[in-house]
Amino acid sequence: MSVVQSVDSVALLPAYLAAGTAVLVLLTDLLVARAAATVAVAAAGSAATAVGCAVVGAGGERSTFCVGADCSYVFGGRAALVGALFALLTLGVLALSGPLLRAGRSPVGEYCFLLACSMTGGVVLGAAGDLITLVVALETLTLPLYVLVGLRRGSLASAEAAVTFFVVSVVATTLTLLGAALLYAVTGGLHLGRVGALFAERPDLLDVPLTTAAVALVLLGLAFKVAAVPFHAWAPATYDGAPLPVAAYLSTASKLGGVVALLAVVQRALPTEVTGPVLAVLAVLTMTVGNLVALRQRRAVRLLAWSSVAQAGYILAPLGALALAAGRTADARAAAYAAAVAYAVFFVVLELAAFAALVALRPADADGGALVELRGAARRRPWVGAAFALALVGLAGLPPGLAGLFAKVTVVRALLDGGAAWLALVVAVNAVIGLAYYLRVAALLYAPSADAPPVLARPAGAVAVALAAATGVAVVVGFAPQLLLDLAAR
Amino acid sequence: MTLGQILLVAALAVPAVGAAVVAAVPADRAARLVGTAAAGLTLAVTVALVTGDQLWTGYGAPPAVRPWHQLDLSWVPGLDLRFHLGVDGISYPLVVLTALLTLLCCAYTVWKVPAGGGSGRALVALLLVVEVGILGTFLALDLVLFFCFFEVVLLPMYAIIAGWGGPDRRRAARKFVLYTLLGSVLLLVGVYVVVAAAGTADLVALTGGAGLPRGTQLAAFTLFGLAFAVKSPLWPLHSWLPDAHTQAPTVGSVVLAGVLLKMGTYGLVRVAVGVAPEGARWAAPVLGVLAVAAIPIGSLVCLAQSDLKRLIAYSSVGHMGFVLLGVATLTATGIQAALIGNIAHGVITGLLFFLAGAVKDRAGTGALAELSGLRETAPRLAGLLGFAAVASLGLPGLAGFWGEAFAVVAAIGRGGVFWTVLGVLAAIGGALTAAYLLRLLRRVTHGRPSPAVGRVAPGLAAAELAAWAPLVLLALAVGLAPALVLGVAADPVAALVAVLP
Repeated sequence: MSVVQSVDSVALLPAYLAAGTAVLVLLTDLLVARAAATVAVAAAGSAATAVGCAVVGAGGERSTFCVGADCSYVFGGRAALVGALFALLTLGVLALSGPLLRAGRSPVGEYCFLLACSMTGGVVLGAAGDLITLVVALETLTLPLYVLVGLRRGSLASAEAAVTFFVVSVVATTLTLLGAALLYAVTGGLHLGRVGALFAERPDLLDVPLTTAAVALVLLGLAFKVAAVPFHAWAPATYDGAPLPVAAYLSTASKLGGVVALLAVVQRALPTEVTGPVLAVLAVLTMTVGNLVALRQRRAVRLLAWSSVAQAGYILAPLGALALAAGRTADARAAAYAAAVAYAVFFVVLELAAFAALVALRPADADGGALVELRGAARRRPWVGAAFALALVGLAGLPPGLAGLFAKVTVVRALLDGGAAWLALVVAVNAVIGLAYYLRVAALLYAPSADAPPVLARPAGAVAVALAAATGVAVVVGFAPQLLLDLAAR
Repeated sequence: MTLGQILLVAALAVPAVGAAVVAAVPADRAARLVGTAAAGLTLAVTVALVTGDQLWTGYGAPPAVRPWHQLDLSWVPGLDLRFHLGVDGISYPLVVLTALLTLLCCAYTVWKVPAGGGSGRALVALLLVVEVGILGTFLALDLVLFFCFFEVVLLPMYAIIAGWGGPDRRRAARKFVLYTLLGSVLLLVGVYVVVAAAGTADLVALTGGAGLPRGTQLAAFTLFGLAFAVKSPLWPLHSWLPDAHTQAPTVGSVVLAGVLLKMGTYGLVRVAVGVAPEGARWAAPVLGVLAVAAIPIGSLVCLAQSDLKRLIAYSSVGHMGFVLLGVATLTATGIQAALIGNIAHGVITGLLFFLAGAVKDRAGTGALAELSGLRETAPRLAGLLGFAAVASLGLPGLAGFWGEAFAVVAAIGRGGVFWTVLGVLAAIGGALTAAYLLRLLRRVTHGRPSPAVGRVAPGLAAAELAAWAPLVLLALAVGLAPALVLGVAADPVAALVAVLP
């Protein structure tokens, strides 16, 4: 056996591009020292990464770092979708960061570098084939965010948010690592595929108490990352304290990272008999608690944060179908995984649009503010207001937000294919609760404002472009959801 | 594409494009005129749908749904969603009624924009979007597509109530949208219960049960039944309706009562009974009891009302009780009674809401205690109100009669003590209907003019006459010649009843 591995650099190209972007940003900041150049390099790098993911992904599955049949890095259809999404989300958040960076309270070079690092973690995460790569990629995705959340100079809220996020997230990672170690102790493998195959071959392993502990620890650690109830308490405080674009990144890219990691272990490694019931309970708790608490929020970002907790519940819901035997047939499982991915993509597009609209309606460098400050905003900025309302209605899952409607339909369909009608009913009732607060915000946007309205500045060009792009994507996938469903099923 | 398919697409595309154009035209009055033109064109298109081949010429056993025209395109195969439209005798009268009422409402808005802050342009655009949703619901022959159009209506209608309604409009609008959304999410679950079991969402293939197991049919009918009962509304799920109607602007109430409620009863006939006939058979007694309970309860509540619009709103609960009783009998007579009752209620209640709005606008109040002697100051308005009230209480020769009479006939014809008792109770409830409508007339039109009514000018605007005349004529026409509706509906209803177990 040769000691030298052959490395498939084409499969690694997206990761190279993402990491290269981070290095280039650092160098540009050091050598050129002009904010515009740094941002331009970061934007070009993320665009190149997205293209790279699409091109490599179009050519079929490639793997590298293999030991026998087990590979640590598998770049297939799912990885390409996830990688391209991370790169595009990074691009979108960079655009939203324009006003923040121009206001001068956050250092531009560091900001862009950290964002590019985080993107690198996301791109690798989608391709991770073993538990170590998975955890390292997830940490590469999260670690820069601790700093980004607290990067605003002189903001106590930011610092508090960063510390909360840091402590909770580190504990979560520790849990996941401990779970991975126990899993290794039980199975002797770390590759997702090998662990999964071993559990399928030897059902007696399921009776070992250590297995249950290992599976539970891995799941719970990842549940922190997606902010699933009861591991969600960090999210609203962190989102509210972070600068708006970073909150946008947290609730889209970072959440997507958690979902991708969770899907990878559930789909490929862990026994569904154990994970199914846990995920079903998590999903029900997450959507119900998220929606109920969101009803009472008075601040814009907190409302979006709680709503994104609830949305995580909808993402997990299809996986809850695995709790029943009818949901564990090959077809039902494939449908459940595809539905979770599809819902996650629909969600991040709409969530990014909502945050972009919020950034466009707020002064540069401001936080999300109280909801009442948005009163009548759509009458003064009709286009931005309409895009915001469309995103909110989409998140609620109603026409004219067709993307959200089809997202909800996808989840319900997957659940009923898996025979989990009870969970479908929970999702349905939650959709009604969700509409109550989304509609409150949307109606507030159009409410006549009694006192003299504060003059709204025209949104920065980059923010407007990001908002238009996110809204455009939401409209397109609303009318042609099959495009997305095909990608998600790969 | 054949002419019929072009008409089907145009019936949805014309109001949709019209709404977009209305939103884009900056001048308010011009935009309202454009919207009215679009609504008129839509009416012409929907009327022209009758040109289809109404005789079934095919080999083998005829299917239970035989559309005159249909269009079947793939849209989202991953969700079993096909863009499958069609029209037949059950949906055609409702389609035309929808287009007519929307046109009248748009024309009325050209003349008068309700106070409340919103622009008339936006109101017309929203009316057209609501029309797209309602027409789509009536035309859809794919379960998932049916659900999508069912949901399209919610938010525009919410916006109409919340934007142009009365003083308590926000709460009423929120109640309306949350209640009806609850109905439609149950519909979503029901749709996929059926699709997961049958492997198709095609209503033509599914009608008659399509060999679905009994358990699935019972579950599906329960979900569908609840969904449509909220929309129709069936007592005791009706409590969103009085608030929404009372607070909505006149045109909103007209569309809401005239056609939006019909989405529920139409869905019950086409989807719930059609797709899950065994479930329908199983649940029919419950449906019948609730429907019959709604008639006297609605009437008694009406007798206690002190507000004109609220009284008319509650009257819908009783009228819809007759319609649902007709459906619950699961006989050809009963379902025909339900269909003609639907149309009659749409025409007459639409007219009543127009008139109530006119009275309220002129007198500045809708409280019955402050209204009296309208025939002294505005005899023509009082006369029309009298006509509409008499039509609503089901006087023979006017539209309201057929639906209520034949629902009772169908219940008694069904035989057995149970259905006979239901029929008798419904008939007694019908007499109460007369009581509250006559009370309404006595309070509003007779007596000495109250101070509020004393200020009312006798004349009627041309726009008002134009909006009301078609409804008055239709109430007469359907009353004198019920074959207008029953003629086209007879064959499809017979085909539907034939596949019931």
